[in-house]
Amino acid sequence: MLAAVLALTALAIIFGLLLGFAAVRFKVEGDPLADQIDAILPQTQCGQCSYPGCRPYAEAIANGEAEINRCPPGGETTIIALADLLGREPIPLDDEVGEEKPKTVAIIREDICIGCTLCIQACPVDAILGAAKQMHTIIESECTGCELCIEPCPVDCIDMVPIKVDIFHWKWPYPDETTAETRP
Amino acid sequence: MIRKLFSFKGGVHPPQFKDISTTQPIRPATLAQQLVLPLHQHIGESATPIVEVGDYVLRGQKIARAQGYVSAAVHASSSGTIVAIEERPIPHPSGLSATCIVIDTDGKDRWIEHGPAETSYTEMDVSQLRNIIRSSGIVGLGGAGFPSYIKLNSTGAIIDTLILNGVECEPYISCDDMLMRERPEQIIAGAKIMRHALHAKQVLIAVEDNKPKAHAALVDACRNEDIEVILVPTLYPQGGEKQLIKVLTGKEVPSNGLPVQVGIVVQNVATAAAVHNAINLGKPLTSRIVTISGEGVAEPCNLEVPFGTPMRHLLDQCGGLRNDVNRIIMGGPMMGFAMHSTEIPVIKTTNAILAATQANVAPPSDIMPCIRCGACADVCPVELLPQQLQWFARAKEFDRAQEYNLFDCIECGCCSYVCPSNIPLVHYYRYAKTEIWAQEREKEKADHARQRHEFRLSRIEREKSEKAARLAMKKAAAQGASSNKQAAIQAAMARAKARKNSPGSEPKNTDNLTEAQQQQIKSTDDMRAKAQQIAESRRAQAQQMMAGKQAKDEKE
Repeated sequence: MLAAVLALTALAIIFGLLLGFAAVRFKVEGDPLADQIDAILPQTQCGQCSYPGCRPYAEAIANGEAEINRCPPGGETTIIALADLLGREPIPLDDEVGEEKPKTVAIIREDICIGCTLCIQACPVDAILGAAKQMHTIIESECTGCELCIEPCPVDCIDMVPIKVDIFHWKWPYPDETTAETRP
Repeated sequence: MIRKLFSFKGGVHPPQFKDISTTQPIRPATLAQQLVLPLHQHIGESATPIVEVGDYVLRGQKIARAQGYVSAAVHASSSGTIVAIEERPIPHPSGLSATCIVIDTDGKDRWIEHGPAETSYTEMDVSQLRNIIRSSGIVGLGGAGFPSYIKLNSTGAIIDTLILNGVECEPYISCDDMLMRERPEQIIAGAKIMRHALHAKQVLIAVEDNKPKAHAALVDACRNEDIEVILVPTLYPQGGEKQLIKVLTGKEVPSNGLPVQVGIVVQNVATAAAVHNAINLGKPLTSRIVTISGEGVAEPCNLEVPFGTPMRHLLDQCGGLRNDVNRIIMGGPMMGFAMHSTEIPVIKTTNAILAATQANVAPPSDIMPCIRCGACADVCPVELLPQQLQWFARAKEFDRAQEYNLFDCIECGCCSYVCPSNIPLVHYYRYAKTEIWAQEREKEKADHARQRHEFRLSRIEREKSEKAARLAMKKAAAQGASSNKQAAIQAAMARAKARKNSPGSEPKNTDNLTEAQQQQIKSTDDMRAKAQQIAESRRAQAQQMMAGKQAKDEKE
């Protein structure tokens, strides 16, 4: 009887120590699910999902606080990818957050810019170059098209223009599936 | 010796229609008034212009240099004045424009000074040969337009076989056929140069058996050469690099691999002729043979066309278009694509211009649902499952499509050709491929944006903490200001004291004095002492007086 109790206690202590050691030694830093979700999001950092950036939205999805259909720049592709990752059914984009639009970049009309630096402070990816009372300009290759610079501009000199498609970025269109029967 | 031939799986036998354009010999196209030379006529990076608007250029003069490793130079294809460097429509399925150099020709077609190199190619270094080929702007003329000099690099691999591809398996096209018939010696000369560059053990020239005249001409030209001309049975798409390798050698090039990995290099016969012109004659690539054919053309033929010539100009030379022409196709009916305008110029990869009539083109209204007959899988020369790929592409399940080796598809069109439901299968694959590339680009851009955003956040955090630290320091300084001042005064006083007491601080002008001076000092000191004595005695007297007075006062 005593031997059995002792043996079980000893085992419990050994496994307890083992588990305790493993918990410290193999601790996973950060939230791997949020990382995976973050990798799918388009990183526009536009905040249209009502979270301050893509990472916070990813964390909210991982914690079950947010739906997967709140990312307008990602659109259908992102929703499908998220549904795939999380084992859920894809749902249409939430109307409340906006709609999927063609990709754009911001352009500053440089003759109007007064050099107030407000847009520089708003840009989430440091894609605007300029200094106080100096003309600002947008580094086109870095711009994510988040539109966050539009609002603070006091002279409305920033426009969103669609990205020009060249032969290197052109995509074959989805084949026309209208057939003799379905054609109006 | 009869060589044992192998076969690849699948393939189709579309009607050939090659005879209609081979009735006349190759003739030079008349010079167009304006030539439009796109900077992007090949696979890889666009070339960079090295001329300016207003410059007068001669034929063969380099007007744009290769930019990067996978790129090719562009040369003026006739003499004239550069009138614009601007965006013009180029031959591309999108119908989009890209930067072109526009030359107004002067009609003289004057060549730049050129001539054969001083040394024969056999004495040239391989890298020197490749440099000439690179700067001559030579790309694969079979249709893909891959810069040829890259394929002639055999470093690190032993090349067993050089194959010259004279198969030309697509219907209607006969430009290689005519070249082989009329200029076999150029092809052989080019083959010898390429063999020298690659140190290839054997050279094979493959010709399909629907081109007996071309075969005969080559055999005749090769009589004294160690080059084998092989007649292969006609089967589309035998002209595909990997398919031709399989047929001639039985070797299979691995998925995602290159022929070099199995010790083989394949070059088009027209490319060989271009290499001969560049090395032996010093002429860069400025023109090519183009088949003008199709039911919509009155007199189908082969023309030697300077690059940049508008297609309309060529069609006019072939008797013009019939009224019922439905579309103009660049390339063959299987792999070519429709042009959006007839003003589009001929480029290095333009092997044929076909005018298709309404009757030639299957109207898209005939598309019907897939009946899973499996005919597409039977004819696929790459042994893919076209039907599965089509389902995945349709459902936008691009990762599944990639698992089914979408990128091994050579877009030969066999599956679409045999499909009883007229499903545009290749269109689905092209759609899926470009979508996947776009997604990869977007992923790259997103990762870049994430990195920049994270950097910005950490920078803002750092600036905040730095500011807080600065503020804290300022505050501490304000508090300890008064005590600091006291301490400073104390310290200054201590310093002065220390200076006074330090040994070297007494006056230095009393050393080495003369006798007279010492005497003077002594007398002064004596006088001082005397004065001090007098003063002291007077003080004592005064004290005594004061003491006496006090005693007297007390008594009173």
